Amino acid sequence: MSRRAYVRPLDLKHGCVDLSHGAGGRAMQQLIDELFAPAFSSAGTSDDIGRGDDGAVLPPLAAGERMVIATDSHVVSPLFFPGGDIGSLAVHGTVNDVAMMGARPLYLSVGFILEEGFALADLARIVASMGAAARAAGVCIVTGDTKVVEQGNGDGVFVNTTGFGALPATRSLSGAYARPGDSILLSGSIGDHGMAIMSKRESLAFDSEIESDSAALHELVAAMLEAVPSSAECGDPDRGLRLLRDPTRGGLASTLNEIALQSDVGIQLQESALSVKPQVAAACEFLGLDPLYVANEGKLLAVCASADAARLLQAMRAHPLGAEATVIGEVVEDAQHFVQMHTRFGGRRNVDWLSGEQLPRIC
Amino acid sequence: MKYVDEYRDGSVATQLAAAIAAEADPQRRYAFMEFCGGHTHAISRYGVSDLLPPQVRMIHGPGCPVCVLPIGRIDQAIRLALEHKVTLCAYGDTLRVPASAGMSLLKAKARGGDIRMVYSAADALALARDEPTREVVFFAIGFETTTPPTALVLRQARQLGLRNFLVLCCHVLTPSAIGTILESQEVRQLGTVPIDGFIGPAHVSTVIGSRPYEFFAEEYRKPVVIAGFEPLDVMQAILMLVRQVNEGRCEVENEFTRAVNRDGNLKAQQHVSEVFELRKSFEWRGLGMVPYSALKIRSAYAEWDAERRYALNYQGVADHKACECGAILRGVKKPTDCKLFATVCTPDNPMGSCMVSSEGGCAAHYTYGRFRERVA
Repeated sequence: MSRRAYVRPLDLKHGCVDLSHGAGGRAMQQLIDELFAPAFSSAGTSDDIGRGDDGAVLPPLAAGERMVIATDSHVVSPLFFPGGDIGSLAVHGTVNDVAMMGARPLYLSVGFILEEGFALADLARIVASMGAAARAAGVCIVTGDTKVVEQGNGDGVFVNTTGFGALPATRSLSGAYARPGDSILLSGSIGDHGMAIMSKRESLAFDSEIESDSAALHELVAAMLEAVPSSAECGDPDRGLRLLRDPTRGGLASTLNEIALQSDVGIQLQESALSVKPQVAAACEFLGLDPLYVANEGKLLAVCASADAARLLQAMRAHPLGAEATVIGEVVEDAQHFVQMHTRFGGRRNVDWLSGEQLPRIC
Repeated sequence: MKYVDEYRDGSVATQLAAAIAAEADPQRRYAFMEFCGGHTHAISRYGVSDLLPPQVRMIHGPGCPVCVLPIGRIDQAIRLALEHKVTLCAYGDTLRVPASAGMSLLKAKARGGDIRMVYSAADALALARDEPTREVVFFAIGFETTTPPTALVLRQARQLGLRNFLVLCCHVLTPSAIGTILESQEVRQLGTVPIDGFIGPAHVSTVIGSRPYEFFAEEYRKPVVIAGFEPLDVMQAILMLVRQVNEGRCEVENEFTRAVNRDGNLKAQQHVSEVFELRKSFEWRGLGMVPYSALKIRSAYAEWDAERRYALNYQGVADHKACECGAILRGVKKPTDCKLFATVCTPDNPMGSCMVSSEGGCAAHYTYGRFRERVA
């Protein structure tokens, strides 16, 4: 690549994003060359990627494999939080969406909307964190875009990522596949991400050591599918994994309600099987929040035929991201799609859809 | 979680449930009103009613601060934000309460009103102090629990000479509401609302003490048990009420001794009486105009009174015709008796105030208890 016609390198210490960084001229090219390209470089990049073209040409999938695509925009505030930042979150969030479909995540596209005046030092941190998260997850960032909006029209930085993955020929997972009698498993404690964000909100900041659980879950998913393939792959409707979901915004409660509606079933939960870290429980308590509705970014929910629940649980617990997995309930027949919970107290209650906005801008 | 889990212990709940079942006479009916929304919420969230025998029934009371806020008061707050262009600070639930003409504070915010959710009165004061060019109005609502913090910020505003901070005072008084319910036709004459006793407020009582309820116990012959907001507190209080009824006693008992005494928080009371005085009359949603049931800002603090500064006239606005919030707040009807319940009125789209806050009888039932009315 020939040397470009600028002289001074980007001032990553004191510099700020200005409108020229999104204008398509030299400044933008410089931003890509000096900041994005090095951070996103990947050992696996082929000649068709990273040439500076308008798009990336991807290699063909293996015979019978199908392409899975998922997209997610990230607007979290604050941008940096215990356990991650908007960059790592943007990678994990989309990798997980692809993984929940049962696919092997391969590529990401990245779109930035930057606000004029945003510190280049912060941008560099975010971009480096994205690159590191992508490399750790084994996915390539293959194409991207940057736009800059005037000061006051954005909140520092917004990031959109789109993920592409490969789904094996006969595998099929869907929120519509849950059947009465199925078991519901959860990979660990709930509410960590949402409360980590809340603990750093300017208006609320409280002392806590709550860390976001933000993590890429595709390896856990691979281990689970290795142990218990999807029902479609088993060829036996009474066996196999039905679906995977990551309970992000709206928390576990919202995800369960979605599944109940999609599958035309009801759900019975056991509160005693749910795990909430003491710090998270305490923070929820004094903010008046219910951890069932608080976001997670590194947890997954699995529904499988009850015959395979023990084997699936074992596979989850064998992986570090699923070490605290439990069976949290079962799928039942219910034309009204109620999610109900047996409380630890000994009573019963509905676990309804989230109404309104419990916590804004958490992912 | 220490000091919380102990009050949510399922095994203790089972023991209390057994005691209530053993002591409640199957030949008679026990109807107890939990005054506070905090109790309503605990009962619904933990499924307390599943642990009660059929002869013991709980009636939701009016003690949910946003539920009793009449439309006219929300309209005033909206006018302040949209017409007078102030920065209006309000507690979270208040934002969703339906006002006139399909408005709410949340909708007013979307139309450009500078409306902020705050967790405390002190946050509103801090905003006014940090941004002196902004006129900040704190929309002060709630019972005796939230009143002392409002009194404190008014005192601070005066000390600091803060001219850009104002309070729209809508604080109401618990004993007046209890009195109104006990004086209502349904309870006194018609007997359509059988109330055999009250679970008395938790947090309110930490401020006012247990003494104010003694009048109700004596005058109206109704037992009162002050209880904390944890589910075991509620169970214990129900057992104590059953015992009072069985023994023909009408006393004020205190289950919540870890926080409440007979006199309450005297310092808080002193601050409140320095800053506020009784209003002659105040409209409550569901209870109508109730004499001496609310507070207004004393003339010594007139400069910080949004109602005076902006000459806000109060205009009462009738609830939606089919909305039963009024009857529900008085314990006359259950949420499911309302035609709007779970049809056009849901937590996402509340028509009436009881559907707004998680402490409201309708919202609590919708969110936690709907499976009980399952279509067979």
